[in-house]
Amino acid sequence: MDLLEVKDLHVSYGLSKILHGVSLSVKPGELVSLIGRNGVGKSTTMRGIMGLTAPKSGSILWKGQEILGRKPHVNAKDGIGFVPEDRRIFSGLSVAENLDVARLPVREGREAWDEERVFSFFPDLKRFEDRKGGLLSGGQQQMLTLGRTLMGNPELLLLDEPSEGLAPLIVADIAEKIRELKAAGLSIILAEQNLDFVLSLSDRCYVLEKGAVVYSGTAQELSDNHEVQDKYLHI
Amino acid sequence: MTNRLQIYVLIVAFVWLLILPFVGSRYSVELATQILIFGLLATSLNILVGYLGAASFGHAAFFAIGGYACAYFLTTLALPLVVSMVGAVLLTAAASLVIGFFCVRLNEIYFSMLTLAFSMLIWAIALKWKSVTGGDDGFVGVAVPEFLGNYFTFFLFTLGVVSVSIIVLMIIGNSTMGRVFIAIRENQTRASFLGVNVRRMQLIAFVIAGTFAGVAGTLLALYVRGMYPETAFWSQSGHVLIMVLLGGMHAFIGPLLGASVLTLLEVTIGQYTEYWQVFVGVVLVIVVLAAPEGIYGLVRSVSKRIGGRQDDDA
Repeated sequence: MDLLEVKDLHVSYGLSKILHGVSLSVKPGELVSLIGRNGVGKSTTMRGIMGLTAPKSGSILWKGQEILGRKPHVNAKDGIGFVPEDRRIFSGLSVAENLDVARLPVREGREAWDEERVFSFFPDLKRFEDRKGGLLSGGQQQMLTLGRTLMGNPELLLLDEPSEGLAPLIVADIAEKIRELKAAGLSIILAEQNLDFVLSLSDRCYVLEKGAVVYSGTAQELSDNHEVQDKYLHI
Repeated sequence: MTNRLQIYVLIVAFVWLLILPFVGSRYSVELATQILIFGLLATSLNILVGYLGAASFGHAAFFAIGGYACAYFLTTLALPLVVSMVGAVLLTAAASLVIGFFCVRLNEIYFSMLTLAFSMLIWAIALKWKSVTGGDDGFVGVAVPEFLGNYFTFFLFTLGVVSVSIIVLMIIGNSTMGRVFIAIRENQTRASFLGVNVRRMQLIAFVIAGTFAGVAGTLLALYVRGMYPETAFWSQSGHVLIMVLLGGMHAFIGPLLGASVLTLLEVTIGQYTEYWQVFVGVVLVIVVLAAPEGIYGLVRSVSKRIGGRQDDDA
């Protein structure tokens, strides 16, 4: 059974329609990417799944159960973790406090995330444990945002453009971390514009254009399909 | 919001207040009693304003409910002191749960307006429910127990109750819950997708704030030996809000500082002119313009500039 199955999702902000029937699925342990240029609806799809933007119609099945219209905090407690693209941490709280506020109980049979595990996963953060979140660098903030969401012990991670605005060296670092999380059994949806970054990590890819899925296939298939790449991904 | 420096300041203040009744004049002890009561009221309000980021314009309602309830239990029902105080505080907690249930449904100015509306409702009840509250004349002649009959023991009693309450509020502020309040203040959406039930946490903060305002109210009723409808009036809520802003809402001890400074200002200037409010107003304008983080923030930035110390805590 799919862990998550999104069917025909429609989302509007006011009068402007953003998603016109997006469908996708994620199997347990799978890393699936949403690729497309700016403004094609990648973030909106994630916000819709998380319950942050109420979808107009469609269906979101989480472990076979309909969760469309459910509140974000309920989804978080049920194992869906969201790492937003603006990667804003709570600037008035220290690194350790940022992690503390996001703690959620772990499901049975999984190793729980706590501060210690986050710090051993991101050794860089350990050094700034007591520093206010607002005083971290971009890369550190991205790690803290990710670590913070991991404190909620998610089964599915929604990662919105984790590479955006970061130096290549740090992007490689983040990619390695994502690989480790996948290896540990976490299912991940990754939204990205950076094709190389995506192809190196994903099992399957969905290409989005104007609020709809225009192509789906394995990472290898997309890598070989230059027509799709040229049409929808290259600028 | 709390750091080591603030805890030292609190300890020094506590020791000083403990000595005060033995060495100070009756006048100074009475003044300190007032400052303690209002300091607790302001600190309770700051759970909403400084931590949660919700400006309540109706905090006096809970101050009044606690006071009236304590007066009624102690005098009309002739219950023992402890029962009356605990009962009054529980009643205030229940009232803040009901009122909070509606208020936390709104944000920002709409939240403020609804708290204001509820407090005016409480004010109207205090004014009109004559058989219980004494109406316009107030609840006169609270049956204060013998042992609290003089200013000396009453001060020590107040110091004890306020200190315990302040410690509890500080523990709450420094707990995960306090940090979640700050997270909500910074960004409700972000808190919600991290699994925080924002509404529920806002309600919990509201009840904590209301409950401790109720504690301050019981002390007021005992101190004044009466309760008057003005206690619930919107100007009283504004008064406490000013204490919070004046002292600094992003520091735990800010409201205590604000309560001290504002009370002392009012009393001191009041000795020279009946137009003291004008002068207090001018001081407030200066503080708000020159030090948006209040007196605490001003002292810190000045000491930083002099000492050149780097310290993260805001």
